[in-house]
Amino acid sequence: MRADVPHGLRRVGRYSLLALVSAVVLFPIWAVLMQAFKSGPDALNHPESLLPTNLTLDTVRAAWTEGELGRALFNSVVVAVVVTICVMLVSLLSAFAFSFLQFPGKGVVFVAFVATMLVPAEVTVVVNRRTVESWGWLNSYQGLIIPSLASTFGMLLLRQMFLQLPKELREAASLDGVGNMRFLWEVAAPLSRPTLGALGLFTFLGTWNAYLWPSQIIKDRDHRTIQIALEGLSGAQINRFNLVTGGLVIASLPIFAMLVVFQRQLVRGLTAGAVKG
Amino acid sequence: MAQVQLEHISKVFGEGADATTAVDDVSLTIDDHEFMILLGPSGCGKSTLLRMVAGLEDPTSGDLLIDGLRVNDVEPKLRDVAMVFQSYALYPHKTVQRNIEFPLKVRGVSKAERAKEAERAAEVLGLTDYLRRKPGQLSGGQRQRVALARAIVRRPAVFLMDEPLSNLDAKLRGDTRAELVDLHRRLNSTFIYVTHDQVEAMTMGTRVAVINKGRIEQVGSPQEVYDAPASTFVAQFIGTPPMNLLPPGMIGASDVQIGVRPEHLRVDPSGTITGSVRQLEHLGHEVLLLAEGDGGLHLTARIAPHDQVPGVGDVVRFTADERFLHRFDAATGVRLP
Repeated sequence: MRADVPHGLRRVGRYSLLALVSAVVLFPIWAVLMQAFKSGPDALNHPESLLPTNLTLDTVRAAWTEGELGRALFNSVVVAVVVTICVMLVSLLSAFAFSFLQFPGKGVVFVAFVATMLVPAEVTVVVNRRTVESWGWLNSYQGLIIPSLASTFGMLLLRQMFLQLPKELREAASLDGVGNMRFLWEVAAPLSRPTLGALGLFTFLGTWNAYLWPSQIIKDRDHRTIQIALEGLSGAQINRFNLVTGGLVIASLPIFAMLVVFQRQLVRGLTAGAVKG
Repeated sequence: MAQVQLEHISKVFGEGADATTAVDDVSLTIDDHEFMILLGPSGCGKSTLLRMVAGLEDPTSGDLLIDGLRVNDVEPKLRDVAMVFQSYALYPHKTVQRNIEFPLKVRGVSKAERAKEAERAAEVLGLTDYLRRKPGQLSGGQRQRVALARAIVRRPAVFLMDEPLSNLDAKLRGDTRAELVDLHRRLNSTFIYVTHDQVEAMTMGTRVAVINKGRIEQVGSPQEVYDAPASTFVAQFIGTPPMNLLPPGMIGASDVQIGVRPEHLRVDPSGTITGSVRQLEHLGHEVLLLAEGDGGLHLTARIAPHDQVPGVGDVVRFTADERFLHRFDAATGVRLP
């Protein structure tokens, strides 16, 4: 029986399990770091060694210059920041409409929105690429950004948040003379900050890590995002096969920094509504 | 300063077979400066009535007039009414000061003027020390006062209150009742107050409208409603414990139901009403004697604690003065002259 197991032993078991799971999660990160800080020949001769010996920044430096990662990072930052801000705005507005406004066909439009979540992005990528091509948007920022501006997930997430706001808040505001936009900016949006923050973070991560769509519409070096630039590094010569791990380290740094800064926001967003506040 | 008139107001929710009539042909005039209580059990339509005055619900039929002007189609913000909600509906992310100022900010009042008005309202309600706090850092009673301050800051013609005390504990509720009466006297505005608590109705209102199943059963001063209830519903709803209703025919004609308040029922060996004592409730200042008799008779009598109190199981005879008997139509429950 559970009660028969001594408290201390249970704790040891629990922490052992947590340590094991952490090791499984951290291993690939560790492996990439160790490869990235080896020289090319070292990586070729001792690929299995994951101990921090003979560390060097040569591979990371080579990845930076040969992959033109500076430009790619800039492109990724531009695309991810613009997409994140716009997704937050569009989601706020659409979620507000679906939560607080009454209009003909609201139910049908809502179901149509949600139904789009059932279609995997891979199914629509070819058609979308043709559309964007017909507008002359291949190899452009607008081609990277505009198709990502609306997010059904974001709308759903914020709508759920808005529906949890007490009805009396809207009613009190309307007696005070508050219109829809003012209510959204002054009451609904500030009260949804944790959820909005989490949405922003997820959107940024998703856009930063996006590969499929950019790979379809970006062919020139000027508009390459970081993920496309990394792909370019993976085709390096055999004696420098770890070049891509050097690129990976660079590509991960901004994300890592963001996670450190916004960690609390992320956890609050994920657990919002889980516990009565 | 305003008079509110409800003329044949009805409200039906839903359509066809699902239709529910929440308010049924209600006509009521609430005079300027009056403290009108809408009293009734939950689900009787009193809150719906209040929400229609606020403009949060549209009447299905009838006319709603504020100061003689028909406002059925006027937006809530243009009706010059303020409402205090049961849940207070404060903006949790704004400080007390910002909460109180918000209605003025929306109306484009300058920042300096807003701050002055908010401080004045806070002073009236004893909130000056809490202006920098957020609602989450306040007690229920303080939040309640912030909601009131937010209502008074724009000096509306009519105050609407939807069970504003029901989330407070008993002690605080008593204190706040007195504060509200005081506030009404100082502001000299029209108050419409919804409650299911007859103590609030009796102690605060200048008049009480007792509502049952969407209809007004009686309108009058608290004392009038207590002394001369217009129906058996009012008789039983007002007064704790409620009025005793004797089975029709026990006294007088068979189509007449007699009611008598517990304080008017006396233990008297020569009395005509007989019951056996089922329970005694000692309240210190009085004893409530609960008795049962033939024909489904249930009686409650108030007795002075130091009189001779019968024991449980004793058969007791009761009597009441003729002038304290209330007569109701046995079929309709309506008071007879």
